[in-house]
This record gives sequence, C-alpha cells and structure tokens, in this order.
Amino acid sequence: MAEPLEIDYPELKHLVSERALKGETVLLNMGPQHPSTHGVLRLLLELDGEVVVNCIPDIGFLHTGIEKNMEAKRWELAEVMTDRTDYLNNTGNNLAYCLAIEKLADLDVPPRAQAVRVILVELERIASHLVYLGSQALDLAAQSIFLYAFRERESIMDIKELCSGQRMMTTYFRPGGLWRDIPVDFEIAVRRFLRMFPGRIKQYETILTKNPIWLDRTRNIGKISSEQAIAMSLSGPVLRATGVPYDVRKAQPYSGYEQYDFNIPTGTHGDVYDRYLVRMEEMRQSLRIIQQALDILPYGPFRSNNRKYVPPPRAELGTSMEAVIHHFKLWTEGFKVPKGAVYLPVESPRGELGYYLESNGGNQPYRIHMRTSAFLLIQALPILAKGHLVSDLVAIIASVDPVLGDSDR
Amino acid sequence: MSEEHLKATIKAITGRFSLQESDLMKYPPTLVARPEQIVEISQVLRDEFGFNFLCELTAVDYWPEEEPRFNMIYGYYSHANNSRMAIRVPLNGDNPSIHTIEGVYPGANWHEREVWDMFGIKFEGHSDLRRILNPSDWEGHPLRKDYPLGYEEPQFTFNFDEIDKRKHHGRYEEA
Repeated sequence: MAEPLEIDYPELKHLVSERALKGETVLLNMGPQHPSTHGVLRLLLELDGEVVVNCIPDIGFLHTGIEKNMEAKRWELAEVMTDRTDYLNNTGNNLAYCLAIEKLADLDVPPRAQAVRVILVELERIASHLVYLGSQALDLAAQSIFLYAFRERESIMDIKELCSGQRMMTTYFRPGGLWRDIPVDFEIAVRRFLRMFPGRIKQYETILTKNPIWLDRTRNIGKISSEQAIAMSLSGPVLRATGVPYDVRKAQPYSGYEQYDFNIPTGTHGDVYDRYLVRMEEMRQSLRIIQQALDILPYGPFRSNNRKYVPPPRAELGTSMEAVIHHFKLWTEGFKVPKGAVYLPVESPRGELGYYLESNGGNQPYRIHMRTSAFLLIQALPILAKGHLVSDLVAIIASVDPVLGDSDR
Repeated sequence: MSEEHLKATIKAITGRFSLQESDLMKYPPTLVARPEQIVEISQVLRDEFGFNFLCELTAVDYWPEEEPRFNMIYGYYSHANNSRMAIRVPLNGDNPSIHTIEGVYPGANWHEREVWDMFGIKFEGHSDLRRILNPSDWEGHPLRKDYPLGYEEPQFTFNFDEIDKRKHHGRYEEA
C-alpha cells in the first residue's frame, strides 16, 4: 500500500477519482515541456499502473492575449495577429477574418481573388495534414515519414513565399481581395506540385496503411462515438472519422467552394486509424480542388474596386487627386466597418474555425472571438484517453492534431 | 430545406419565449433572450428543432454602459437541417451571473470557463469553474474594456504623482 498522495492543488480534487485521494493511483504530469504534447500542453494524468484513469488537460501556456491586442489595433493591422493563432493554418485564419469583415461591410471580392484564396488555403490544408502525418508517425516511432512529410511541406512553403515573400506568416489575403497579384511563376509551381504529390501520398500509404505495427498502434485507440463528438462540439477530421459528413466547405460554402467538385471522406469507427485515413483522403480531395481552381483561374482584378476599403493602385496616385485622398485616409486612419456583428465559420484543417467579429462603426474591432477547434479537441482528450495506456495517449494526442497557438490564442 | 426550417424555428421560438430579433447581428439570424431563459431555450433548440451542435459561446463587454454591460452570444448549428442561428443574452451589472448550459451541451464547459476567466461572468451550476487561459492567481478579467492593455502610462512632471498612485507596485516590491 503506497503512502497517500498529497494533491497540491485543492481545486483539482473534484476532478480525480476517489482512489487518487487514497493513494491507490499515481498522479503524473505530462508536459508542458514534452516532445509528444505538440507544443505546450500540460496533462495531469491519474495512472493505475500504466492505464490512464483520468486525464486533466491544462492549457494557457501559449496564451498571448491576441484577442485583447486586436481590439487595440486597426482592422487591417489586426490581421497580422490572426496568422499567429493557428500557426499551421495561416492563410486559413486570414481567410476567416477577411470573410467576416467582407460580410460586415458588404465588400465584394473578385473571382480571381476567390480562386487564388481557395488554392492557397487548400495547399495550406495539405501542409497542415503533412505536419499531422509526420508527427503522428514520429510519435509512434516511424521516423522516416516525418522527414518525407516535411520535404513535401517545404515545396508548399516555397509557393507561399513566391506569392507573399513569407513562408509562414503571410497575411496575403486582405479585406476585399489579395495583397498583390500572384506572380507568373505561381501556376507553374502549383502544377509542378500537383504532378509530384499524388505519387508521394502513395509512398506514405505504402509505408503505413497496411503496416502491422501501425495498425496495432492505431486501431481501436481513442474511440469516440458520433453523438459524443457532436455533444462535445468537435468538428473536422475527428468528427468525420466517426461518420458525420460535416464540412463547412460543403455545408455552407464560402469563397466559391460551391463551384468545385470534391468529396468529404468519412470514417466509421472514430479511432486514430480512421482519423489517419480521413486526413490522407482529404489531401487527395484538396489536390482535386486545387486542380479545378487552377483550370478555371479567371483573369481580372485581384482586389475589390471599393476605395473606401482597398487602397488605389500605385500608378493612379500620380494622376488622380481622389486616389491620393483615399490613400492618405487608408494609411492614416484605416477603414471604418459599419456597426454590426457577425459569426462566420470556415473549415480549417482542424475543423470549424469561426470568427465572431463585432464593430461599433469605428476603425478598430470592438470584439473579436475565435472559435477554434483545437480548444474543443483538447477539451475532449479525457474522453478519448480514458482506459488507454500512456503510450497510446501519445498516439491520441497526435491524432486530434492540436495546435496550442490555436487553443490558447 | 434549411431556409424553411430556420424560419419555422425562429417563428416558433420567438412566439413561445416572446423574444425579439437582434438588429445588430448580420449573420447568423439572432434572437435576444433574457438570462433566465437560456437553459430552456437551449434545451428546446436541441431536442425539438435539431440544433445539436453548439458552435459558439462568447461574450462582449460594453463598459462603461451598465445596462446591459455584457452580452452573451450562443451560436447553434443543426447537422440534420444545415442551418445556423444564434441567441444573444444581455447581462446587467459588474458581476453578473447566468446559468450554465453545460447540462445541455457538454462542450460548453471550457467555453464557459474561458468567459469566466476573461469577463468574470459567473456560471451557476458549472461543474468546474476555474480559470483556463490565465494562471489561477491572476487578478482581474482581461477582456473587460476597463482592463488596461498593459502598457505603462507616460508620466510627466505635472501628473507624476497622480499616475504613481495608480501604479501597481506589488510585483516590483516582491522582486
């Protein structure tokens, strides 16, 4: 009989089982500095031998007050902070923020900008799933996949750098369109990626999908039913792996997703293996969307002509007094968004990413709230982890693909 | 299909709880409710109208306005009917409280902890109302509008003492 264990935090007593108070189970900290917790996630584990009895997630180590900071910045300056929340889905965050502003201000977006946005967001989805794939495999000790996945991710980073000059924090989408038009090399680079990548997905699947060790480590691990997943407000691949075909791109299309033909892959068991399969298929579907968007990529303006929100072209400043005034106003006090509020969801690689924006008619946001999926995925970890071994917990954390910048903001 | 379902829902809910439509929200369609109604409305929306997914829960602070000082925003989504709607709940006073909807939507747990942490709105009957993003010994509720962003006020000769009094000296003395 072990010595009764003293729990340092009296406010946690209602979260552990009776046995922990008697000293029959062990309380163990996992993280925040642990390589398999994907960032700075702390889990307080109650262990019976190696079996997880209880798992209490503790987040907030990466909290940087982004929502508060954005309230003190002008609309267009606050956008750079959206990149920093979910750092594996930068363009997706920009898209959600820009769409919300465009909804509030009734701002039009030209078709060319919409298509380019779709291409970049889908590329980003592939990049994010590659990081998932690499880290999931690395956590289960299949190290070569990690290197392969990051090799492919590099070419997506190059495409983003080509457009915006930045590899990660692009801020390439602006309210009303894009920062600048895509370069001539863009189409060549994306088409080269489209030719190269299907073969690479086959390579990963050859290594993993039917690998007996991979199957043993992932099947029937971290199961959740579709009712439970919906009750816990889960979305994205974790929900789709349980068999619910909910995808915001299909359900409530934005940015022209309704013109593209693609499928929503779903699983049946809701375990780690199904989440892996769903993400692999999602990468293929993203390739299809990119292919279609590139084929129809229309010519025309890359940003709206509404000068109250979008700066005039540089060439006009020399000839038009109005352009100078608009330019001056936009650079000194920014644009004003009419009074109102909006909640606008998009599909990020992790699930539904919703921006709640409120404006009081000024040039700064009055309130911004990001409904991020990672926050809710980490909330569901105790349900997923209960009754599994600690080594399986590592696989479960990787399979929900949490980004702590996304959950802590 | 989804449009009709949404219209029917809004009509039914408006009639049954005598609510008003919010003119502030552009999207999704929103109703304004009283704090004591929120649990019942959530229950009815989930069980009778198929809004099985809580997609958003947050708050806004309208300081220095006192009535209402806060607004709670609840967003609902229906997987079966593919429709989305929201409820806004005005709250008066500096230390308001509202009943938790954790019993209807278990996923609201952390959202409500976040609102408590950031706005200081109490949730009655919540199972685990601790701070979530800030450390447990944090003072104040950062997303309130009367909470300073954190920069230091510039002190000049004429207002040096006045600002000095307001400064928080505790943490410097400890160090």
